[in-house]
Amino acid sequence: MEHYTMNLNLKVWRQKNNSSKGAFKLYRVENISSEMSFLEMFDVLNEQLIHDGEEPIAFDHDCREGICGTCSMYINGKPHGPWQANTTCQLHMRAFKDGDTIVVEPWRAGAFPVIKDLMVDRSAFDRIIQAGGYISVNTGNAVDGNALPIAKDKADESFAAAMCIGCGACVAACKNSSAMLFLSAKVSHLALLPQGEPERKSRVMNMVAQMDKEGFGSCTNTGACEATCPKEISLTHIARLNKEYIFAGVTEK
Amino acid sequence: MTWKQVFTSSVGKKLVMGFTGIFLILFLIVHVGLNACIWAGDNGEMFNKAAHFMGATVVPRVLEIGLFAGFFLHIIQGYMLAAQNKAKRPVGYAVNYGNRGSKWYSRSMGILGSLILLFLIMHVYHFWTPSRLGGIGNVHELAAVEYNGREYHNLFLEMKMVFESPVVVILYIVACISLAYHLAHGFQSAFRTIGVHNKRYNMMLTALGNGFAIIVPLAFAMMPVSFYLGWV
Amino acid sequence: MLDAKIPAGPLDDKWNDYKGHCKLVNPANKRKLEIIIVGTGLAGASAAASLGEMGYKVKAFCFQDSPRRAHSIAAQGGINAAKNYQNDGDSVFRLFYDTIKGGDYRARESNVHRLAEVSANIIDQCVAQGVPFAREYGGLLSNRSFGGTQVQRTFYAAGQTGQQLLIGAYQALERQVALGNVKMYSRHEMLEIVKIDGKARGIIARDLVKGTLERHFGHAVLLCSGGYGNVFYLSTNAMGSNVTAAWKAHRQGAVFANPCFTQIHPTCIPVSGDHQSKLTLMSESLRNDGRIWVPKQKGDTRKASDIPEEERDYYLERRYPAFGNLVPRDVASRAAKERCDEGYGVGSSKQAVYLDFAAAIERYGRTEANKQGKDHASLDEIIAMGKEVVKEKYGNLFDMYEKITGENPYEVPMRIYPAVHYTMGGLWVDYELQTTVPGLYALGEANFSDHGANRLGASALMQGLADGYFVIPYTIGNYLADEIYSKAVSTDHEAFAAAEKSVSDRINQLMNIKGKQSVESFHKRLGKIMWDKCGMARNAQGLQEAITEIQALKKEFWSDLKVPGEVNEMNPELDKANRVADFIELGELMCKDALNRNESCGGHFREEYQTEDGEALRDDANYMYVGAWEYAGDSNWTLHKEVLNYEVIKPTQRNYK
Repeated sequence: MEHYTMNLNLKVWRQKNNSSKGAFKLYRVENISSEMSFLEMFDVLNEQLIHDGEEPIAFDHDCREGICGTCSMYINGKPHGPWQANTTCQLHMRAFKDGDTIVVEPWRAGAFPVIKDLMVDRSAFDRIIQAGGYISVNTGNAVDGNALPIAKDKADESFAAAMCIGCGACVAACKNSSAMLFLSAKVSHLALLPQGEPERKSRVMNMVAQMDKEGFGSCTNTGACEATCPKEISLTHIARLNKEYIFAGVTEK
Repeated sequence: MTWKQVFTSSVGKKLVMGFTGIFLILFLIVHVGLNACIWAGDNGEMFNKAAHFMGATVVPRVLEIGLFAGFFLHIIQGYMLAAQNKAKRPVGYAVNYGNRGSKWYSRSMGILGSLILLFLIMHVYHFWTPSRLGGIGNVHELAAVEYNGREYHNLFLEMKMVFESPVVVILYIVACISLAYHLAHGFQSAFRTIGVHNKRYNMMLTALGNGFAIIVPLAFAMMPVSFYLGWV
Repeated sequence: MLDAKIPAGPLDDKWNDYKGHCKLVNPANKRKLEIIIVGTGLAGASAAASLGEMGYKVKAFCFQDSPRRAHSIAAQGGINAAKNYQNDGDSVFRLFYDTIKGGDYRARESNVHRLAEVSANIIDQCVAQGVPFAREYGGLLSNRSFGGTQVQRTFYAAGQTGQQLLIGAYQALERQVALGNVKMYSRHEMLEIVKIDGKARGIIARDLVKGTLERHFGHAVLLCSGGYGNVFYLSTNAMGSNVTAAWKAHRQGAVFANPCFTQIHPTCIPVSGDHQSKLTLMSESLRNDGRIWVPKQKGDTRKASDIPEEERDYYLERRYPAFGNLVPRDVASRAAKERCDEGYGVGSSKQAVYLDFAAAIERYGRTEANKQGKDHASLDEIIAMGKEVVKEKYGNLFDMYEKITGENPYEVPMRIYPAVHYTMGGLWVDYELQTTVPGLYALGEANFSDHGANRLGASALMQGLADGYFVIPYTIGNYLADEIYSKAVSTDHEAFAAAEKSVSDRINQLMNIKGKQSVESFHKRLGKIMWDKCGMARNAQGLQEAITEIQALKKEFWSDLKVPGEVNEMNPELDKANRVADFIELGELMCKDALNRNESCGGHFREEYQTEDGEALRDDANYMYVGAWEYAGDSNWTLHKEVLNYEVIKPTQRNYK
């Protein structure tokens, strides 16, 4: 892989706190190595800002290996930037070239209010899980792990849904700010397992109700969420959620 | 959990859209089939008889009420959803994801639907009101034609007259294009919304939907063109 | 001073006896008892969920925006359990033995045995919660092998086992939140322990969004705040992982055990430049199929593919024929360092070795060709089929490697190098996981108890969940049973006021230095000192230098630090400054501990103490103890020793040959 350095123009959303009005601000960074990750480029910029006596840009990040789901930048019109099946922290500067202008915005959704600069509040996702995204089993009640065989394809499909990292890119990408991909990943994960069976109906009903309460939009199957999901969660999970919902709604007393 | 909640939740509202959408797709099949009779080469006899059957028999008339209800629900719910969904993002993006993440027509169902609604008003004025309400008040009455001693509305002639105007023909074609794109997304989306989640079925339905979205609007579009160019 | 409170009786019966005789709290009283849990990784989330289910009033804190993001999520490979589903001779004793041996005989027998005993329950619990572990076609759970063992006892969910286990625990936690048994405080950082009459009675936490300080009362405080690997600046830990909670406890009287025991993981993506902010691990499971090698010729600049088989040195297979590429982490890491130091390293930095999948791809390809009945498949076809198999096993890891390095590991061998990964040391705890401060507990990586001087792969997840699900629910009852008479203390109590004042004073002090250098620059410098002089190999001279350098760095930090922004707002630089200040103090203690331990064991390798062929040389006569340090003021510690008594296992020289 050929290494190179580049100079870039950055247009970054700055907003002091939730109650203030934000605006874009232009920055220039120089001698950025193509080996750097996108967040390391932001580290360089922040060091520069601190040196110049400006406030550094606040952004969410933690594991920097694409699994914790904390990072959340909307880069040049796409959540997590230009690469497919990727998170911002795993985006590397190889994706850009010298002289590029990069626009960086926070996730935009009423249900994800901006905390500061590029940081948003995603606690709505926690509350959706609280509404039923679990299997009610107390510690110490479990039977042997092999007591209940689960067909490999079912287990694999359940795992594919459970891979969701809860980053919120699906909401950010959706024109309706819908959280259906997130929600359906959890519903699918648990509905596909025999352990999830007893609470199958109440789970989907309650989680959808909570999602509506949090102020997410409804799904119109545009597929933008699937296209941007770092873990490539499939849109078919949304269809499964719909089925679960209809079934639960029709049969629930 | 009540049924009301089921149908007023975000998923429930989409269900209403999906079910009414599928119902309207069924209507399109009936409509295009019937209208295809204009090409029977009998100067509209078969078509006029078919139209008469639809207008004069009880079952289709009852279904027609359902059809209006379907349209009404689909339109109202569609507008409400579009407005609500738009409001979920109070501050928009400077750069949009656009076509990289989804098809433009998937994101434009509201606009496409609105175009179709405008067309629908014109279309109802052109054909439905004269055939159903002709003679009442100021509504102009259709000419009559006689087959085997029975009198029928000459809807065929009406079409011929309406489609003499190139403007009308162009408007109809534009509407058919809107319908094509509306269906290209709506057909497969409706089935996803009502819970078809098998990957193979989804692929089949998408292919079927694309075929439907091309063939049916094309057939509809050929009707004004055929009249205008004197093919029938 | 150190009483480990190990129950009497034979090792096999200790835990059962303990459970049978420990004190219980009745349900009505549980409702009146409040427990504070700091950290929501595997240990914290599982403890919060379990204690909430039992009826205690729990408050859980995490600095992340959601408990689901704790760094346990990044564990890739798997979780060990003595289930013996593979019928390959595994048992509780073998898991116990492997863990003690892997830890180079520096762990407490009783704790490790208990860990092995409850390991099987963890798998059951997680399966019941809906954790989608990998399964065989028959629908039963699948296992793989891991370093340092000769049985297959590792349960996994592709390369995302930590994520799946944490999500399971997180969901259990959120369920308790919904039921009102647990109150969750996200984006909150614990900055002080509040002690009343010598007992831990609460914490001071900072709301990271508003920047305000909050007082929280608890009858007991559980620290589940993870390890301190970030003292090295570059590590596989998350950016936010820090020692602050444990360090505050330490300064309040909790002794810190074996701080110098750091695990360097052998398979990480090498550093690419000065900009590097963290290192990425490639799961140890890759060593199941990948072969590690360097060129036989020093300074070989040929491409890997141009180096013929006979000119490659598969040094792990050469040195350790019995375990080969699956030797424990400390051994594999040191062997890689040794080759690179000798000048055999590869890549542009020469600080890397190859991890090669070509052989595995061909082997799997042939098996696949056999399965499909293609007797005359060409080599290309075989390789194509082999790649598919490897993709299914390790696809996500290979993708991650390619994203970071821009190289395709299906075509060229991966370049790997050791990196700081886990810290075996931590707060000293007794058998009940209680620190030396009554009412203050430490669980998971934050404590020191189970891994000795080196942790085996897939054991961290096991320990975190064992502590949270199966140990603390019993042991905390033993303490709280006597607390039912203590009413909740009002947070207006003077101890809370004093603690809050000390926190706010320190924050103001940090803000008011108004120097020139950023937090990040100090952290980087600290990391470099630690890596160079207290890293994979240490010596007395280097450690002494490091102590002096760290003390100088500390002075500079407190006189030339620049923290932008305000106190009462979201201020990530201030958060970092608080953490780095603690890391600097910890770094000094780590060097002191390493200097004190005149032997090599596990992750602690003192160059002065090695065998002729470069293996670690333990000194059981003088150092078979836990080095527990009591804080005695600035740069000053008192050493306490907990002597380790091996009743069941006879310590021997570790041999993986």
